[in-house]
Amino acid sequence: MIEVKNIEKSFGGNKILKGISTVFETGKTNLIIGQSGSGKTVLLKSLLGIHTPESGTISFDGRIYSELNPDEKRELRTEIGMVFQGSALFDSMTVAENVGFPLRMFTKDNNKKIQERVDFVLKRVDLTEAHKKLPSEISGGMQKRVAIARAIVNNPKYLFCDEPNSGLDPNTAILIDNLIREITEEYNITTVINTHDMNSVMEIGEKILFLKDGLKAWEGNKEEIFRTDNEAVVAFVYSSNLFKKVREAYLKE
Amino acid sequence: MMLTRYITQIGRYFLMLKEIFNKQTKWSVMKNLIFKEIDDLIIGSLGIVAFISFFVGGVVAIQTALNLTNPLIPKYLIGFATRQSVVLEFAPTFISVIMAGKMGSFITSSIGTMRVTEQIDALEVMGVNSLNYLVFPKIIALLLYPFLIGIAMFLGVLGGWMAGVYGGFISSAEFINGTQMDFIPFHIVYAFIKTLIFAMLLATIPSFHGYYMKGGALEVGKASTVSFVWTSVSIILFNYILTQLLLGS
Repeated sequence: MIEVKNIEKSFGGNKILKGISTVFETGKTNLIIGQSGSGKTVLLKSLLGIHTPESGTISFDGRIYSELNPDEKRELRTEIGMVFQGSALFDSMTVAENVGFPLRMFTKDNNKKIQERVDFVLKRVDLTEAHKKLPSEISGGMQKRVAIARAIVNNPKYLFCDEPNSGLDPNTAILIDNLIREITEEYNITTVINTHDMNSVMEIGEKILFLKDGLKAWEGNKEEIFRTDNEAVVAFVYSSNLFKKVREAYLKE
Repeated sequence: MMLTRYITQIGRYFLMLKEIFNKQTKWSVMKNLIFKEIDDLIIGSLGIVAFISFFVGGVVAIQTALNLTNPLIPKYLIGFATRQSVVLEFAPTFISVIMAGKMGSFITSSIGTMRVTEQIDALEVMGVNSLNYLVFPKIIALLLYPFLIGIAMFLGVLGGWMAGVYGGFISSAEFINGTQMDFIPFHIVYAFIKTLIFAMLLATIPSFHGYYMKGGALEVGKASTVSFVWTSVSIILFNYILTQLLLGS
């Protein structure tokens, strides 16, 4: 569980996060949604320790990040898996080397054991033929799956995903969403996803945090988002006719 | 304002140097990174260094020969001048300026590309000290830079000998006599001290510009250019300071 209490963050005098508090639950897919500039990415990067909030606390299962010493912070980071928007695969390494990288860096496992674990996670993300390929030789969807494999190879307690299905075709996007949800349940990890994609919200939004202008404007789950009268959420989520119709159909049922 | 910016950047550079040596990467991983950097930076530069050194050595010999018109000046001075020019300045300093372009732009663009594609963020999020992981192997690999400069010295003088002898400017014996004349072993020490300092600049200044760059592909190109300018300026500046300190007494 990740508990965020009243965090604030500014850049050049411009306050981006204005006192956000929430809880990201274990074993659930927690989504952060909101318009561009609403503070989603800053919140995600604050959770990852890339940005340091000016006030407030972030605690990982009771460990308050700002109170940890540098070694404890690095230790905590080994419990984190991250899927970046652009996959962020190391382009000089093969798929297998990318996936095995956290194991080579942080475990004392021998090559055979690392290889077995890499094979296992690549099979889990349905990529058994790509071991020796470079990231530039595989498709965007495959790169995302490799990034997910790399994020989970070290059995993380926390999984963060920044726009995991941006730039993917609808079928692949749904595959990626489902894969993240399955992995979250299977390994009982705390997953936080930053997304613009309303399909993801409807598919895997077990907990949704909606940000507007750096403030928490609404939170709930995918069932509640259909019923909410919150104007900001309705204006953002149901801005397209398609989603308006989906909502109407859901409410009629 | 501009001065404040430069001072801030210099401070940031020294903080980066400190961070490079913190939290070392596992040796089993680091070892491979060092070998890769030796291949990319040292072995990969051998061809261009050999080519430039050989021909510039030849040009130095020809220019010296063409300017020695007074029959009272002994011809062996062609060998002497070639040796002194190549060993003292051309090989350590001007090859380093060329390497600021070749190695420096490679280092800045590769680290800069990792920055814009979030690969550095990925390392940090995993708990890896990205500066140690990316820059430390380059510093260690460039400890072999004097080896490259040694080759440049040898080939420069060889080029001078070939141009002088086969161009009909000087006999082989006179050239060799000139290269051995008034030889001061400390000049070699001086050249290699310079080389090691330049190696450190070549590894760290381009890394600094790549690591702290912001933006996209266009900014990677700009960072490479800026890195080349500052590495060259630093090399020329340190060349002056070291020459004054080591030979100027």
